Amino acid sequence: MINRRHALLILLLLGLAALASIMASLSVGNLPLSLGDILRALSGEDTGLAGEVVRNLRLPRTMAGFACGGLLALVGTLMQVLLRNPLADPYVLGISGGASVGALAAMLFGLPVIFLHAGAFAGALGVMLMVFGLAHGDGSWTQTRLLLTGVIVAAGCGALVALILSVAPEQQLRGMLYWLMGDLSQAETPWSALLLLAAGVACVMPFARELGLLARSKLLAQSLGVPVARRRLQIYILASLLTAAAVNIAGSIGFIGLIVPHLVRLGMRSSAGNDQRLLLPAAVLAGGTLLVVADTLARTLIAPQQLPVGVLTALLGVPVFLFLLTRQPRGGNT
Amino acid sequence: MSTNDAISPLLTARHLDVTIAGRTMLRDLNLKLGSGEIIAVLGRNGSGKTTLLHTLAGLRTPADGSIELCGKSYAAHDGRSTACLRGLLAQNQSDAFPASVLETALIGRHPHLGRWAWEGASDEKIAHHALMAVGLAGLEQREVHTLSGGERQRLAIATLLTQQPQIYLLDEPLTHLDLNHQIAMLELFKRTAGESGAAFVIVLHDVNLALRYCQRALLLFGDGRWCEGPVADTLTTATLSDLYAHPLREIGDGNLRHFIAV
Repeated sequence: MINRRHALLILLLLGLAALASIMASLSVGNLPLSLGDILRALSGEDTGLAGEVVRNLRLPRTMAGFACGGLLALVGTLMQVLLRNPLADPYVLGISGGASVGALAAMLFGLPVIFLHAGAFAGALGVMLMVFGLAHGDGSWTQTRLLLTGVIVAAGCGALVALILSVAPEQQLRGMLYWLMGDLSQAETPWSALLLLAAGVACVMPFARELGLLARSKLLAQSLGVPVARRRLQIYILASLLTAAAVNIAGSIGFIGLIVPHLVRLGMRSSAGNDQRLLLPAAVLAGGTLLVVADTLARTLIAPQQLPVGVLTALLGVPVFLFLLTRQPRGGNT
Repeated sequence: MSTNDAISPLLTARHLDVTIAGRTMLRDLNLKLGSGEIIAVLGRNGSGKTTLLHTLAGLRTPADGSIELCGKSYAAHDGRSTACLRGLLAQNQSDAFPASVLETALIGRHPHLGRWAWEGASDEKIAHHALMAVGLAGLEQREVHTLSGGERQRLAIATLLTQQPQIYLLDEPLTHLDLNHQIAMLELFKRTAGESGAAFVIVLHDVNLALRYCQRALLLFGDGRWCEGPVADTLTTATLSDLYAHPLREIGDGNLRHFIAV
């Protein structure tokens, strides 16, 4: 049981952590900067090299990372509600698979970057419509049917990706693999993604309590007055669009969408972490923070060489997750 | 009809047809449920008891006929106001994610709270009372998945009490309960009906408990036929033997009737 003040306090702490991670990301790199340097650069006062680096290189990439991490964590939380399955993540229904096929096909044909984005988005939307159409086919839109359809379509996309990789010329392989593992270095203006993240949060927060009921049971939610069919359709569409947007920014960064909701749940050390009113915004902040930290490490650990950020999110997330899991009391009082 | 016509009924079903996968389970049901009434629904497995309950709860459109909740059709109510008036205890709840006992009881407050409101002290008090009424006081902080089957069932009843509806639609509320708690829950329903004027529709498999705690009984034969009336009239060896397709015998003296399977 958690009250509003307690929840706001937790969100405030997570917000501070997010701010700290953003500041850290802005300060480290080839050109180390102090907090004062960063603030001068951000205010536009510094017109020198530091200002350029912060404003044009580090800030867009950091904020794109935050938006992407927040989007994936938000969608992961929503998918776990929609499918009532703790193993669900943004990619479970094949959205990222479709995006990968579209993006890699654009790369294979050597199309300009704009087509890469268009291909990714078209692929994601195509899969979204296909899974929805197939799962909805007989009118019974059960979680199992949706999950099964999504997983099968995702597997099909995986095969297509493997096919493209196997026929792709040598010099394109590296770019394709980086795209598949997630890569923020291509991220351009992050503001549309941040706006989308804010819009996504604004869309779900008014329904947070209803989503909590949906995660418990369809019948229970229905009997308590939740328009279940409509809400599930809305979650599906919103989650698909947000996933497509996230994949479009940075390729398919695995793991965040699955693990961040669980990290938040475990971090609360009680079932209060399942209160969607807290879980949704907390997951957004934690997901953004995790991706910013992971990307900072990805571009600095063995600089100038860059590591795929997806590798870092997993390397960071797995130990933290396992630590929290072993700390979790086994049932009983919490 | 035993319904007192002076009191406007909480729930009215008119010419209701209930079908499952094209088969008519129940034809032309007319039912009026007034304040404080407790009605038992009896029938064999698969005779449409649960489907009828869901239909009466407005979660399923009837094949034919109409239902009125407090004088208005379900279409005229919105989801929230419906949930403030009628509550459903469903069979077989499962939880995908952990929650504590108190949190689970508090979800009954959902329809009473505004979009941005959080459960307050008064809501918690209602939940505590409900947990106490079902004998789960002191277990507020326990995780639901550590409870026994019977405790979970009582928690589901507590959640429904926290919802404070005027009509309780209970689908086999005595499942998993020991004898002591079966009686305690039925006493609780009777007390709630008496004190708050709520009405109860209870799916039961125990004819003798129905006889003891319910004023009326609705028998579903599963082939479209039904029979409804005061328990003293509807629960007889003839109707029950027909209902369960198994001979029953009545024993006991004039005051205490009791049925046993032959």
